[in-house]
Amino acid sequence: MSVLVLVEHSQGVFKKKSLEAVQYAAHVAKELGTSVTAVAVGNVDNAAMQGLGAYGANKVLHTTESRLENFNSRAYTKVMLAAAQKESAKVIVGLHDTVGKAVSPRLAARLKAGMVAGAVGYPDLSKGFVVKKNVFSGKAFAFVNVTSDVKVITLMPNTFQVVKGEGSATVENLDIAFDDKDFSIQVKEVSKASGSVPLSEAELVVSGGRGLKGPENWHVLEGLAKELGAALACSRPVADSHWRPHHEHVGQTGGTIRPNLYIAVGISGAIQHLAGVNGSKTIVVINKDAEAPFFSAANYGVLGDALEVIPKLTEAVKRFKANH
Amino acid sequence: MKILVCICPVPDTTTKVAFSDNNTHFNTQGVTFIINPYDEWYSLVRALELKEAGVATAVHLVTVGKADAEPVIRKALALGGDEAIRIDTDSNDTYAVAAQIAEYAKTDGYDLVLCGKESIDYNNGTVGAMVAELLDMNYLGFAAKIDIAGGTATVTREIEGGEETDACSLPLVISCQKGVAEARIPNMRGIMAARTKPLKVVAPAAVDTVSTIVGYELPPAKTGVKMISADNMDELVNLLHTEAKVI
Ligand SMILES: Cc1cc2nc3c(=O)[nH]c(=O)nc-3n(C[C@H](O)[C@H](O)[C@H](O)COP(=O)(O)OP(=O)(O)OC[C@H]3O[C@@H](n4cnc5c(N)ncnc54)[C@H](O)[C@@H]3O)c2cc1C
Ligand SMILES: Nc1ncnc2c1ncn2[C@@H]1O[C@H](COP(=O)(O)O)[C@@H](O)[C@H]1O
Repeated sequence: MSVLVLVEHSQGVFKKKSLEAVQYAAHVAKELGTSVTAVAVGNVDNAAMQGLGAYGANKVLHTTESRLENFNSRAYTKVMLAAAQKESAKVIVGLHDTVGKAVSPRLAARLKAGMVAGAVGYPDLSKGFVVKKNVFSGKAFAFVNVTSDVKVITLMPNTFQVVKGEGSATVENLDIAFDDKDFSIQVKEVSKASGSVPLSEAELVVSGGRGLKGPENWHVLEGLAKELGAALACSRPVADSHWRPHHEHVGQTGGTIRPNLYIAVGISGAIQHLAGVNGSKTIVVINKDAEAPFFSAANYGVLGDALEVIPKLTEAVKRFKANH
Repeated sequence: MKILVCICPVPDTTTKVAFSDNNTHFNTQGVTFIINPYDEWYSLVRALELKEAGVATAVHLVTVGKADAEPVIRKALALGGDEAIRIDTDSNDTYAVAAQIAEYAKTDGYDLVLCGKESIDYNNGTVGAMVAELLDMNYLGFAAKIDIAGGTATVTREIEGGEETDACSLPLVISCQKGVAEARIPNMRGIMAARTKPLKVVAPAAVDTVSTIVGYELPPAKTGVKMISADNMDELVNLLHTEAKVI
């Protein structure tokens, strides 16, 4: 018996959200009285894998296969199935991201395992296996009791604390007999934004709405985001008007995010927008209308014209950084 | 080429979510149901475009739901589609929903199954990949562009930290998001036609339920906003550091 966790890395460095997942798996394993096996795929060195021990992994199963370099749900599912069998996995943890949302459901369907997609809490074993998850795009939470023998969970990134401890994981090879069918998707082109933190993983987010008037004013927000090291987001009309790329659109029909800090600039705070962002730990709203509904969902508010307030805030952040 | 479009009824986005029976049931009183926006705006419209372009020969819609889902199904039919299938059962268990769709799909050989990236009520984003596994098909998630020619789909889609364009031969399951198509508004002719289009009700297959929702909770209300003068941004930064501890 074990708790299995799929870990993702970017050029050999494990992502913070994967460390969250390892730590989560360790928490579950402790309650179940079992151990944690992480599954890593592709080019990553032994030291990095052993290092997962500091977050609670006991063992890492490693699969190298050049064709796995581009993610493909069918092949990854095969890897996870083999690992699950080898380790007699009872709980399988992944992330609620584009990888986890493709592999975990496949795995769940194959194993006929109950699944919690987008978990925000640890399983409560006193009432079965009950896990809290986001529903109604952040307007509420549901408690899901998983009744199958094997359980599959994907975690909302930025939800669980990562505390580095001691320990080193053992590393074992996991050899898989792939067939051509596993790689029947041909990858034609890949474009990755380099350097910037993906919005879903960002701890700080600066977001703009229609109140910014047009794309020509975005450099003001970009200046603040750069100073803070924050990712950029926007409201739906902003993406619809092509002021900003679609992947920055947050809300009920865009991305759901849970950063530590969400700064909403010139966004009215419509219910569909709030749905995607109200899991943020701290919300700052900057708006020139004192009646904007967003203020009642905010922790801090600034009444004023965005184009005047933001440069002042950027300067204040600069001063703060100079002193810390 | 036959396309199956998964249509999920969801509460209108303006719904103020409330629960009944000691927070164990979603209170649907006064709630208007709509087609899940990802299904309505993207997957359904793209399927219709493929039919209009002569690439697809048939577009069928499938919903797992009880009779109260029918108004939503008719709305979808008003946008287009040749026929709708309602699998007569209701479930919050994503495996059970996917298994119903897969069982039905097996009976009628579809080349392409389209679904939304996620339902805006239960936010699982799981049905498409599960259906793909149960039908032993490839799955391309989070598509922003879909082209089909000569039995091969070319799909541009979101991946971790970027975008990827893939080619994959049919059959295939794709989940759709923004970019795949432009939303359409049903016209009078479509609404009239929808009334007479076939809406087949099929009995559910015997599938197991492997999870149940046992309760709900609303997020804690914000305790009140602290207003800061626009001329005192140092104070805001200071509060973010010392009080909120986020920078
Ligand atoms: C089915 C459905 C799904 C939807 N999904 C989403 C979604 O996922 N995400 C989303 O964001 N929306 C969504 N919407 C749209 C949503 O209802 C709102 O229309 C939208 O969020 C408004 O965007 P906004 O706040 O940028 O613009 P507006 O509502 O126009 O607000 C602009 C704000 O800027 C302020 N302002 C103006 N000038 C200035 C200035 N100089 N300085 C400071 N403030 C200024 C104004 O006071 C106002 O509060 C959805 C709607 C529907 C029907
Ligand atoms: N009850 C249902 N009936 C038909 N299709 C559904 C149903 N539930 C979900 N789907 C489809 O699966 C997609 C993702 O839903 P979900 O996995 O529930 O977030 C939706 O956009 C629909 O296309």
